[in-house]
Amino acid sequence: METVKPIPQTETMVLNVGPQHPSTHGVLRVEVELDGEVIGRADPDIGYLHRGIEKLCEARTYHKCLPLMNRVDYLAGEVNNFGYCLAVEKLLGIEVPKRAQYIRVIMAEFTRIASHLFWMGTHGHDLGAMTPLFYGFREREKIMDLCEMVSGGRMFPLYFRIGGLAADLPEGFVAKAMEFVREFPDNWKDYDNLLTQNIIWKERTVGVATLTAEEAVDWGWSGPMARGSGVDWDLRRDNPYSSYEDFDFEVPLGTKAGDTYSRYLVRMQEMLQSNRILRQTLEKLPEGPIKVDDPRVSLPPKDKVYTDIAALINHFKLIQEGITPPAGEIYQAIEAPKGELGFYIVSDGSGQPFRVKIRTPSFVVLNATNKLATGRLFADLIAIIGTMDIVLADVDR
Amino acid sequence: MHTAVDLLKKQFASEIVEVVDYRGDTTVVVKPGRIRDICRFLRDDPTVAFKYLSVIAGLDYSPKSPRFAVAYNLYSHKNHDRLTLKVFLESDTAPVIDSVTSIWSTADWHEREAFDLFGIKFKGHPDLRRLLLPKDWSGYPLRKEYPTRGK
Repeated sequence: METVKPIPQTETMVLNVGPQHPSTHGVLRVEVELDGEVIGRADPDIGYLHRGIEKLCEARTYHKCLPLMNRVDYLAGEVNNFGYCLAVEKLLGIEVPKRAQYIRVIMAEFTRIASHLFWMGTHGHDLGAMTPLFYGFREREKIMDLCEMVSGGRMFPLYFRIGGLAADLPEGFVAKAMEFVREFPDNWKDYDNLLTQNIIWKERTVGVATLTAEEAVDWGWSGPMARGSGVDWDLRRDNPYSSYEDFDFEVPLGTKAGDTYSRYLVRMQEMLQSNRILRQTLEKLPEGPIKVDDPRVSLPPKDKVYTDIAALINHFKLIQEGITPPAGEIYQAIEAPKGELGFYIVSDGSGQPFRVKIRTPSFVVLNATNKLATGRLFADLIAIIGTMDIVLADVDR
Repeated sequence: MHTAVDLLKKQFASEIVEVVDYRGDTTVVVKPGRIRDICRFLRDDPTVAFKYLSVIAGLDYSPKSPRFAVAYNLYSHKNHDRLTLKVFLESDTAPVIDSVTSIWSTADWHEREAFDLFGIKFKGHPDLRRLLLPKDWSGYPLRKEYPTRGK
């Protein structure tokens, strides 16, 4: 019998995915080397959305950096300001009043739910499930409305200030937020019904892009990405900031496999945990001031500025010269929806930061693309990009 | 003071330049020569267990000399604490330091970014090329003399 000749070795093909591709979640280009349908190498090319935020910060006062920070991870706008404000407050050695801390937690957890809903919708959409997107955006819209209530901005509320908040919560906010919290578990069941036991969904996600706990730590993964691999770590619980120690919540871990499905389960459960935190913050919301009573940090009330010379001078000093933290350097990290968001700020004692380094979770996670994709089918690349929950603005800064 | 500081003083006494405690953050300034050994020691030591590298940040202290510095922020999942290692580089014109990619895989892009924006070379990095900027870009934007506006 004639033996079958092996197929002659053919050349590999290099394929560009992006930068304009609907499932790259922004302007990401991945250079993929394909052997048939199997990925031999996947090299992400980033920087299309690099705005030089770190450089821009060095030419601004500390307060003027806030609008830039909003735009780092634009799906979780206020969370970036949360981290930045905490970092500058650490540099100054001040702590904001309890009410401001609680309101910050409320905004952060709403943003986390909104960010996870966006991830669920787009991730599902990428893999062929159309409906989760519509359900996800239905609730996300309500959160955007709540953001609009507090400050007028939807994607970028710009509500936090160094030393507290821009204003107190508007009338009717707590009731409307509570309504969301009460309804959310039922709405969550809609998403759960659509995907969790969906056979197509499982086919596309189970066993795809696995990473063990040790590897996840080695690759610097944090947040839901690390927890999906079984790393039991949440900065809200392990290094509590802004009164997170007051709230009762669990840190969901994924299955042992550390695959795309496991990370899906983690993020789904996290939404319910965020909802749980929200209920507690809204119920226990303390009364009191919403910014620190420190003329070096907080602007005086507007009516005083018009009638009192000391307040007027204070106002101008703060706007013109800005806050002047003493020389020193700190690192402050928070649990953003996508993982550890850290700010490494070096002050030289002037009104402008000497160096601001933003450690974003998306940047770190995307680094592992080649490791996850090599040897897998091309179609899995879409699942891999989806499960990473990257925002290219967060990657490129 | 962090327990890692005592351990480092015992193991690498001649390498430590300064230890700074500020607002609860410990920064250990070390000499650049044995950075890889120091990092490996901190990762593998069971009591401090800094298995997680949070970030690598380049710094430019121009016009001071030494001008360039690299800061490593480490996290321990065991103790839930942090340590910053800081290294001032010897050369002001061609800054170079050993890469720590063999110790933490995540160092890959952090080092490429520092190379891209500061021009700091990482010796032993497997694939050191520009990351955020186009490969034909000239200059290093995060250096202090680089203008914030175009010409």
